[in-house]
Amino acid sequence: MAFDAPEDLEEFRTNVQNWLEENCPPSMRTPMKDDEIVWGGTREAFKNPDSKVWLERMGENGWTAPEWPAEYGGGGLNKAQARILQQELRRIKARPALFSFGLWMFGPALLEFGNDEQKKRFIPDIVKGKTRWCQGYSEPGAGSDLADLQTKCEDKGDHWLINGQKVWTSYADQADWIFCLVRTDKSVKHEGISFLVFDMQTEGVEARPIKLISGSSPFCETFFTDVKVPKDQLVGKLNGGWTIAKRLLQFERSSISAGGFGGTGGSGILPPQDYAKQHVGVDETGRVADGDLRARITDHLMYAKAFGLTVQRSTEEAKAGQEVGHTASIMKYAAAKMNQDKCELLVEALGTDGLGWSGDGFAEDAKKATRGWLRSKGNSIEGGTSEINLNVVAKRVLGLREHQ
Amino acid sequence: MSFVLSEDQQMLRDTAMAFARDEMPVSHLRELRDGGANGVDAEMRGKLAELGFFGVLVPEEYDGVGLGMVAMGQIMEAQGRTIAATPLLQTAVMGASALILGGSEAQKAEWLPKIASGEATVALAVDEGTHHAPLNIATEAERNGQGYTLNGAKRYVPDGHHADVFIIAARTFGEAGQAHGISLFLVPNNADGLSVNALNTVDSHGAAHLTLEDVAVGEDSVLGAVDAGWEVLEPTLDRGRIALAAEALGSAQAAFDMTLEYMQTRKQFGQLIGSFQSLQHRAAKMFTDLELTRSCIAAALSGVDENRNDMAELASLAKARASDLIHLVSNETVQFHGGIGMTDAHDSGLYMKRARVQEALLGGGSYHRDRYAKLNGF
Repeated sequence: MAFDAPEDLEEFRTNVQNWLEENCPPSMRTPMKDDEIVWGGTREAFKNPDSKVWLERMGENGWTAPEWPAEYGGGGLNKAQARILQQELRRIKARPALFSFGLWMFGPALLEFGNDEQKKRFIPDIVKGKTRWCQGYSEPGAGSDLADLQTKCEDKGDHWLINGQKVWTSYADQADWIFCLVRTDKSVKHEGISFLVFDMQTEGVEARPIKLISGSSPFCETFFTDVKVPKDQLVGKLNGGWTIAKRLLQFERSSISAGGFGGTGGSGILPPQDYAKQHVGVDETGRVADGDLRARITDHLMYAKAFGLTVQRSTEEAKAGQEVGHTASIMKYAAAKMNQDKCELLVEALGTDGLGWSGDGFAEDAKKATRGWLRSKGNSIEGGTSEINLNVVAKRVLGLREHQ
Repeated sequence: MSFVLSEDQQMLRDTAMAFARDEMPVSHLRELRDGGANGVDAEMRGKLAELGFFGVLVPEEYDGVGLGMVAMGQIMEAQGRTIAATPLLQTAVMGASALILGGSEAQKAEWLPKIASGEATVALAVDEGTHHAPLNIATEAERNGQGYTLNGAKRYVPDGHHADVFIIAARTFGEAGQAHGISLFLVPNNADGLSVNALNTVDSHGAAHLTLEDVAVGEDSVLGAVDAGWEVLEPTLDRGRIALAAEALGSAQAAFDMTLEYMQTRKQFGQLIGSFQSLQHRAAKMFTDLELTRSCIAAALSGVDENRNDMAELASLAKARASDLIHLVSNETVQFHGGIGMTDAHDSGLYMKRARVQEALLGGGSYHRDRYAKLNGF
């Protein structure tokens, strides 16, 4: 390990400060540009060369995953140290070195359910951003009812044989490996699902981007035709995949509600009240002239503030060892509503300037807001629809029974 | 900002919750209503005083316990759970705050110990119209040799019908709408020229309209600086708004719990109504709003204790969200209960009636959204 992490927290902080001063390139302390986000993996182009240096240095310390065990390449920090690291990164406005489904979703699940060999094999490359992972969950016939998935996995003695199709596979065309739910027993539903990982370069794997209403293609259809997977790439028990799948969905939902949403618009977009002032105009006291729009913008800002305070509260309650299930379970639903409301307000405040698609007739930020608005419609669908999340709250939090 | 209660605060919360449940349940409000008490309950006031609830904000040097707003908020939330009628908001929160923030040494020494012991109730009288508009003060205070002469009227003053002393916001300069020129006066309830007209209100808590006709008060009754009463009034109102938001949160939580229980016991079509998805989703959304609002109120309460400089914003956030929350939850409580929710025998209606008062007092959702937008420059 490149970084010595002393137990004494003040000493630790000083060391972190010194290390960051020396190792965080100046351009990595400027606001993130949309096209400079680093997702890692073998196809990563590192548009800004500094981002490569930054990822390598952070990865060397294991600081892309500060609290993961050092034996698998993680930072090996305790909670207090990890908090200090985060504070210091925030203080110098450092960009995240790596965006990664491996870090947010697969890694935490593998650490919990994988065997030692699998952790040694996969975790270090997740931490260093060398492997980019995608998620093979939804299928054309299994969306909200995910457990109805049909991708077939047969035991062929020395390998698994996979046939079927996944859909809404985020960035499958950019990914090196996939973690994938497959059916290993047709006679039962939830208990017939297994969790496999395999190389996207394997013969018989094909990923085709899907073009969305926003014009972008963050998702793919992924086809598997007689894909052979080595036996040791089953994670957890045979037919025990649903437990892992559910746990991983929790990681996914909490990473989404922690701000990892598609469609927030990205850099350069102003808050809705600023567009409203510019495009709707102001009254004699300098306030947004349209009182109804002003009230709705305020309502959104208050919701966003309440959301932020609730994230803070649940973090503090967790630190104090209190039950936090309550707050965590509602955040995915609330985050989707918040982001969609914001996107709608941006487009409304921009007026016809928010209705451009391409070309010089529209400003860059306005076009981004338009595309972001379209993209945001997925917020209440991806990672469990809002309706499914409300079902979860009703059942698990409020204790309401299912219809008989 | 702190979201986790200290041991003392948690203990006070537990005491207050148990007291509300055991000593002032909703049935007690019903008894007061049916007995024509109009929300006045001397015996309960004594019990609350014994517990030290009136002195939570009052510093120890004035015989209080000086535990602060987070602690006070726990008591307000507890009384909200059972929609109890108590003088705590007016006396222990706003009365005490106005005196602490603006009182002279003599005023503090005279009134704060009486507040803390429950001996005196206070009512802050600000609004003159039907909607909360604390700058629109037209009541005049005219300088006269030894002091001031007050003329004007105040509407729907909570606890006005049984307050021992009023804090009257009046104008010593300028005109309605301006902050400068507002002054605060301590006026005893037996002052010549002051008439108190008790009101029978929808929530059975009661209130009063006040009329001031040539009410003469001395120089020493001015609370805070002359013409600069707003500097005391605004933070006092913000504390009241936050405390009232905490009360509304308690009411919303209790109404929601009652509704949830009904969903798990009432059967139709051979099914528990709680198994119907249309009700489940509405309940889950209410729960989300409850949790988000709880965070805003916790932040605002602890903000006061930490003397933060964004208190106006936090107070408006808390009061707007709490008003919207209790509006939604109280309506849904009646609807989810169906026919029984429309009967006087059931508690749903009592929560809805108190809800509208909680919303209107000290500004509802639209007032505080507008204020929040102003504070944010748009």
